[in-house]
Amino acid sequence: MRRDVFQAIADPTRRAILTLLVVQAMTPNALAEHFDSTRQAVSKHIKILTECEVVTQRQTGREIYYQVNAEKMKEIDIWLERFRKMWEDRFDQLDNLLKDL
Amino acid sequence: MTNNFVFETDLAAKKIYVAREFNAPVEKVWKAWTDPELLDKWVGPKPWTAVTQTWDFTIGGIWLYAMVGPEGQKHWVYAQFTAIETGSAISSTGMFCDREGNPITEAPKVYRDTKFSSLDGNRSKVDMVITFEEESTIKMFAEGGFKEGSDISLTQLDELLAS
Repeated sequence: MRRDVFQAIADPTRRAILTLLVVQAMTPNALAEHFDSTRQAVSKHIKILTECEVVTQRQTGREIYYQVNAEKMKEIDIWLERFRKMWEDRFDQLDNLLKDL
Repeated sequence: MTNNFVFETDLAAKKIYVAREFNAPVEKVWKAWTDPELLDKWVGPKPWTAVTQTWDFTIGGIWLYAMVGPEGQKHWVYAQFTAIETGSAISSTGMFCDREGNPITEAPKVYRDTKFSSLDGNRSKVDMVITFEEESTIKMFAEGGFKEGSDISLTQLDELLAS
């Protein structure tokens, strides 16, 4: 199955996980404590976030820590900024055209 | 004079909301959005120019145009009209194209709902909701050859200020 950033943030639990991870890297256990759902359900969300590449893991001693992949998250901002700019430029050109219409 | 440009993203819903006011009556803005000769004059962000190849402004009809770059590179843009309310609203489905301008139907689509309304003082407003099937769609639209975007728009701004 194809994973993308939108899929990562489409779910409220996953958004909550990302919000927690933005503050600090966390172990799966520490993350699960923040949610009422089962540890298994939280793990499944973490797995999807990892597959979407918005979260990466690193091993520290015996613990696995999850952290936000800032580069991947930044990609969206860059695309959106370009898209915004494109519309802004088009509208400016439309302004000029409307003057002569 | 303010044009109240709005660009809001709701990524979780894969939606982008764009709004803009124009210092012209809604009839003129509608004309600029529905006459291919006029569209070609503003749709291509400089230095790109839009060249309409096919224009059939009916429900189910197609608008196929090429974005032509300064070195002659071409990006085809394909849109099918899904709803038209003359003078007030247009809906369309956008698709990516191959090099010959044929739509790739299995690729992710983008849906656009545009509304046109009158404002006081002979002004008008355009409201647009763009819905993406996939993140990759935004990426492709945003990267559709407009990487130089920011530099170009500064030049355009200079031109606007000078005019």
